Amino acid sequence: MIAHKFDMEKFEKLNTQAVPLNIENVDTDQIIPARFLKATDRNGFGDNLFRDWRYDSNNQPIEEFVLNNPNFSGKILVAGNNFGCGSSREHAAWALTDYGFKVVISSFFADIFKGNALNNGLLPIQVSPEVLANIFKVLDDKPDASFIVDLKAQKLLVENIELEVDFEINNYKKTCLLNGYDDIDYLVSQKEKISQFENLKNA
Amino acid sequence: MGKTLFDKVWDSHVVDRIKDGPDILYIDKHLIHEVTSPQAFSELKNRNIPVFRPNQIVATADHNVPTLNQHLPIQDALSRKQVAQLNENCVEHGIELYGLGHPYQGIVHVIGPELGITQPGMTMVCGDSHTSTHGAFGSIAFGIGTSQVAQVFASQCLLVDKPKSMRITVNGQLSPGVHPKDVVLYIIAQLGTDAGTGHFVEFAGSVFEQMSMEGRMTVCNMSIEMGARGGMIAPDETTYSYVKGKEFAPKGVELDQKIAYWKTLPSDNDAQFDQEYHFEASNIRPMVTYGTNPGMGIGIGETIPNESGASFEKSLSYMGFKKGDSLENLPINYVFIGSCTNSRIEDFRAASEYIKGKQKAPNVHALIVPGSQQVAKQIEEEGLKDVFEAAGFEIRQAGCSACLAMNEDKIPAGEYCVSTSNRNFEGRQGPGARTILASPITAAAAAVEGKIVDCTQI
Repeated sequence: MIAHKFDMEKFEKLNTQAVPLNIENVDTDQIIPARFLKATDRNGFGDNLFRDWRYDSNNQPIEEFVLNNPNFSGKILVAGNNFGCGSSREHAAWALTDYGFKVVISSFFADIFKGNALNNGLLPIQVSPEVLANIFKVLDDKPDASFIVDLKAQKLLVENIELEVDFEINNYKKTCLLNGYDDIDYLVSQKEKISQFENLKNA
Repeated sequence: MGKTLFDKVWDSHVVDRIKDGPDILYIDKHLIHEVTSPQAFSELKNRNIPVFRPNQIVATADHNVPTLNQHLPIQDALSRKQVAQLNENCVEHGIELYGLGHPYQGIVHVIGPELGITQPGMTMVCGDSHTSTHGAFGSIAFGIGTSQVAQVFASQCLLVDKPKSMRITVNGQLSPGVHPKDVVLYIIAQLGTDAGTGHFVEFAGSVFEQMSMEGRMTVCNMSIEMGARGGMIAPDETTYSYVKGKEFAPKGVELDQKIAYWKTLPSDNDAQFDQEYHFEASNIRPMVTYGTNPGMGIGIGETIPNESGASFEKSLSYMGFKKGDSLENLPINYVFIGSCTNSRIEDFRAASEYIKGKQKAPNVHALIVPGSQQVAKQIEEEGLKDVFEAAGFEIRQAGCSACLAMNEDKIPAGEYCVSTSNRNFEGRQGPGARTILASPITAAAAAVEGKIVDCTQI
């Protein structure tokens, strides 16, 4: 396998609770509105995660929004179909991880968001629409239901329903997450090959 | 089996294929801007990695810049810092920057094509999802996150899985008054916002063959709104004559050689696509969106469909509409003509042709934001500025502006804005703002009438 330096945090087996956000097509403008993209570093975006759903125009928490509901907590966000569509802003992944999420479960993810998540140690788990509906129902009945995410075995286990889901992940990305690797060092190690490619291309 | 346009460009840029893993894809041009690059530069600095090919990077300031008084220091401290950071980073790494005040400054997806940086057969990336715009030239162009911006800085390559291919064919003749924006809004309304996910889309058929480069850019720009990584249109004579003579385009013998190569790029007749869709041009009417994603679009005379589900209800409630409503004659107070979707000279020509001799409705705030300094200059030289000003429209300086409302150009909460931009997400144009996406001519007509009208029916 590929030689990398350690840069991301390693993805360990999780035993945690989940927060349900039963809305489809959650776009990255909702995850982190554009007016908060003025920072030049990666920190602190969690404060503004879902800002306009979470706080009203007077900066008061909106009670009905799930992140303000004390019954829910945990490192997993469970979201409706087509999560993360729209803008390529990696700030969306930074906001979710900065808030404390390690996993997002949905029945479908937008491409760029999925890539950004994986590049930041945030695991997107895609499940069938039926499984997703089931998980929402479990959380409806028992907000503190336990979830186990075992990346090594590619398994998601949900307490209360005898639900054990095998999820897909690209082998390369799995290795990166488990070991805390990212792509840069690998690419830098290939510079000679890249230069050769350039020479051939420009010949 | 034959190859698609997408296959040909992709395969010619693969440096290596990792077993059971992604391809190492070589990137010809990397466009950067102030919002998604600072953390990538920091990443390199922290790891002591130099920028590998600074000559293949072009920078501009667009997302976060004011559209008034660009000669003065930026008032907002955070915006000022971000733009200053871009300047510093570009100087430090020897990257060409078209910053504020530079005659080439503008929205990154407007300046690439107009300067001849964008060319057929290239691979291009930018930390912006609307990088798909450049696919109009038959290039592979897609948006990336900031970690990937750092990867391209470090190696001029990306690790990416090859997407699947999709072809969307639209044949026939568009009705008068139906614009490229209507075509793409129609396609997204038919297929949905996630239909293209995991795919690169080739737009084919007589409608795109007859379309100008500006129109093709509008279509490819919004391919991301159906979830696709990017859109592409086969290069042809329209493409070559657009590229020819542009500042950084190849010239003379080099251009002839390039054109000979570009002619080999269109999809082979026997090429297979993973997914195909066909539409008929005569079914496409001027479009507007009624909801909070770009797939929620209808013809102006049509009514909001009777769909169910919490997300649909939430969307209608945000917009203040009911199922069965028509948007025709809906009073509006704001119009925005701009953004990387529709801020090219052709868009303003179409709008001004409609506006000429008319006045905007007294209640309407109508904002014209050119995509670049060069477009702004053209607007003036062609006399369009006089038309807009006489009609009471306000012309601003180049930038992304009210498309994403990072600067001061925001639509107030609760107000409807007929906008030529690409996203009608909640709060996109300002907290609480209600965006109705439309073509430049529909936006111009809304400004004049003070309500939504089907300009093909006037």
